[in-house]
Amino acid sequence: MSSLIDLTAAQAADRVRAGEIDAAELFDAYRSRALADDLNAFTWLAEGAPEADPVRPARDAPLGGVPLAVKDLFCTEGVPSQAGSRILEGYRPPYTATVVAKLAEAGAPLLGKTNQDEFAMGSSNENSAFGPVLNPWDTSRVPGGSSGGSAAAVAAGLAPWAIGTDTGGSIRQPAALCGIVGLKPTYGACSRYGMIAFASSLDQAGPLTRDVTDAALLLAHMVGRDRRDSTSLEFPGEIELPRAEDLAGIRLGVPEELSGEGIEPGVLDSFNATLRLAEGLGATIEACRLPHAPHALAAYYLIAPAEASSNLARFDGVRYGLRVDADDLTEMYSRTRAAGFGAEVKRRIMLGTYALSSGYYDAYYGTAQKVRTLISQDFEAAFASFDFIVTPTSPWTAFELGSKTADPYAMYLNDFCTVPMPLAGIPAISIPSGLSEGLPVGFQLAGPAFSESRMLDAAFALERAIAFDGSGPMTGDRARRAS
Amino acid sequence: MTDWEPVIGLEIHVQLATRTKMFCGCPLSFGDAPNVHTCPVCLGLPGALPVLNASAVRHGVTIGLALESEIAERSLFHRKNYFYPDLPKGYQISQYDVPLCLGGRLEGVRIHRVHLEEDAAKLVHVGESGRIHGSDRSVVDFNRGGTPLVEIVTEPDFRSAEQTHDWLSLLRTTLKQLGVSDAKMEEGSLRCDANVSVRPVGSSALGTKTELKNMNSFRFVERGIRAEIERQIERLEAGGEIEQETLHFDPVTGALTPLRSKEEAHDYRYFPEPDLVPLVVDTEMRESIRAELPELPAARAARFEHELGLSADRARELAFRAELGDYFEGALAANGTDSSAGANPIAVANWIPQLVERIGSDADPAGSKVAPGALATLVAMVEAKEVGREAAREVLTRLVAEGGDPRAIVQAEGLGAMSAGDGGVGELVDRAIAANPAAADQVRGGNLKAIGPIVGQVMRESKGRADGGEVGELIRARLLDQP
Repeated sequence: MSSLIDLTAAQAADRVRAGEIDAAELFDAYRSRALADDLNAFTWLAEGAPEADPVRPARDAPLGGVPLAVKDLFCTEGVPSQAGSRILEGYRPPYTATVVAKLAEAGAPLLGKTNQDEFAMGSSNENSAFGPVLNPWDTSRVPGGSSGGSAAAVAAGLAPWAIGTDTGGSIRQPAALCGIVGLKPTYGACSRYGMIAFASSLDQAGPLTRDVTDAALLLAHMVGRDRRDSTSLEFPGEIELPRAEDLAGIRLGVPEELSGEGIEPGVLDSFNATLRLAEGLGATIEACRLPHAPHALAAYYLIAPAEASSNLARFDGVRYGLRVDADDLTEMYSRTRAAGFGAEVKRRIMLGTYALSSGYYDAYYGTAQKVRTLISQDFEAAFASFDFIVTPTSPWTAFELGSKTADPYAMYLNDFCTVPMPLAGIPAISIPSGLSEGLPVGFQLAGPAFSESRMLDAAFALERAIAFDGSGPMTGDRARRAS
Repeated sequence: MTDWEPVIGLEIHVQLATRTKMFCGCPLSFGDAPNVHTCPVCLGLPGALPVLNASAVRHGVTIGLALESEIAERSLFHRKNYFYPDLPKGYQISQYDVPLCLGGRLEGVRIHRVHLEEDAAKLVHVGESGRIHGSDRSVVDFNRGGTPLVEIVTEPDFRSAEQTHDWLSLLRTTLKQLGVSDAKMEEGSLRCDANVSVRPVGSSALGTKTELKNMNSFRFVERGIRAEIERQIERLEAGGEIEQETLHFDPVTGALTPLRSKEEAHDYRYFPEPDLVPLVVDTEMRESIRAELPELPAARAARFEHELGLSADRARELAFRAELGDYFEGALAANGTDSSAGANPIAVANWIPQLVERIGSDADPAGSKVAPGALATLVAMVEAKEVGREAAREVLTRLVAEGGDPRAIVQAEGLGAMSAGDGGVGELVDRAIAANPAAADQVRGGNLKAIGPIVGQVMRESKGRADGGEVGELIRARLLDQP
């Protein structure tokens, strides 16, 4: 393995800025690895490093020219942006998403676009028009989703770092299943402008990285109010690189609703081991209650599809993307959408349309919004006594390809531990806590709105204590275990 | 035989005269080449987000205050979902159950609500009919898409088609005076739909209503409503029932045809727009807008009536058409600036209908050749008996045709008044008495009404230069007071 690839993104950025390595060389090293992508992680790759800017060379940029993998649903000017869907076949946006533009400006040029579940709907990356992404720890297994391509690319060393989006767990769950770090910021911390929307009130962009420091560095250049996104907010204070060595005085709450029943034993073992490590670092650990958390999944699967049914109405064959012609307008709509959307997207459009329809609105969408408020209040109450709420990220480790596709509800349970946080708009991070039967397990910390810096600090201290070795999948010598 | 009472409510869409569109920075335009004023937001491209136009909000509040509505401190935008090619997002951003303005009234008609929304794009049906049926194909011009609109909904307080015409004219004046809209029906910046039903006089229940669309002038509104009232009465008297439907009024044929509308049996699945935050209008903003409100037609009419002594009807006639009110005030401002003593405002006001009659009832007198000062001078001359009333009418006709100074016209044409002291009038009177012996005898016998033919001859022979009142007195003096 090339030594360039061994460097974390932050280390690589430092070396470029110190003049020790060349940004274009770094870019090419990753590009050639991504070109040999055997995981179906990328949907598009840049032709080469961006031309060196004589006025502002990469070594002067805070992110040092370290290339970035970007989830397909971020609009990138002139570059295919399909959100993993056939309906946007051939679509190249005329503009770039704010977050991608900000990162490029800070010195993280676009390496490639990554595969994802169609319109971010899925937890296994099997709902993609480009086909499934494989988990680099075991290519017979899923990488998680919906940001599966970003997670797999980072875990396999095909990209130094990546961004994805999280609506109900789409950053944290694939990060957990691929053994990397994934952070979902506070709602409003990052601009959504240019992100092809799934559920507007939940979607947030965030980093998927090899370690917590990389996540902090990337996030620091993603946040900020954008006048083109009315729901974005000024981030209070700077996000600094984490440096906490212990967890002295930190109070961790373990919600019984999200850490018991339904969680795989191997995952629970790793979770409990991490709690003991935290205690050793000076944290206090207590059980807590999030009484409405068990209803989060139900609320989520009404709110998110409802918003999606409306957000996806624009894909009508009139202006861009796929069109299947017909004799009349309604038939054109119908054929275009029938051919362009995959089964899961259709399922959610139907669910959402139903939830919003007259006579059912109050019972479904209205009730779900009330549950959402109660969940927020649960967290608020918990944060009065705890600094962070901790849970396993995913109830289980990476599962076999095809093993859950026949049962949508089993698939939806992937989000059981990750869905309450976006409903409350609060940030959460998943870090690798160890292996269960050779597969990575994720440990999740959730904090109050805009507590990202403190949360990264705590995650950093834990990360050092856990000392997870994620280098296995980077060797290219992938396990392929049959069940 | 039943007497029927029409019950009519109006829904008026007003395009706001802002610089840019409702949710993006594209300029507003009328008549430019198609699709030149577009961007990712108003084209509904994937990932684009709306940002509310602050000046549209101010205009909305301005209208609400002028209509004496309650301005909501916090109002919400909703998505109104339906598929149509003129709606690029597949939903219209509008306000639903929490609108910007509630209640209010204008000239005795109650306002139900006033809310903000965005306009759809313009569909152009290519083909002979110009309508969707029978067209070869349809193309979309997105220049209009996203134009800020307010929708003003009245209570069903109108009882005749004529009343809607007068009221709409007042509303247009109000909007123009507020400076919030061009309010031109022919350009589509003011559009009106009507809900029409009839009921037996004395009944307080509402009949089944129909909705009339596409009436693009005040006259068509009036004619369309009148035609629909007649149709409904005819149907009911024949023992039929009114079907709740949307009708298209064809101003050429006068026909009302059911519209096969995009709205037919539609469930709009309204839900709060997650891409926008609630709209807050605080007391300070509201009061600062109130402080800037110009004088509105009703206040202007009251001022004309109470300060200038105009009759209530005349005051409203002038105030409710801003251009007449402006012309009237222009004439008063110029009044007495020439050598004359100046005319009484009441007299000036009474001459304006004479002018309107000559220039066409819809024309703006400011665009005529009659300078406001010229009218004031003419009226002053009449009052000073320098010119007779009849002659003055002729002078006005000349002014409309050629413009100029009334004093010069009077002099050049020899139209100056013949005063009673002038021997000429006496001669004319004597001749007229001699020529009408029968009438003269009746007057002598005490029948003063018989004086008409004698006065008429004097006026004819003097070419209107003699003063009718003085002539009458002279005749009476000759016939009654002779020894």
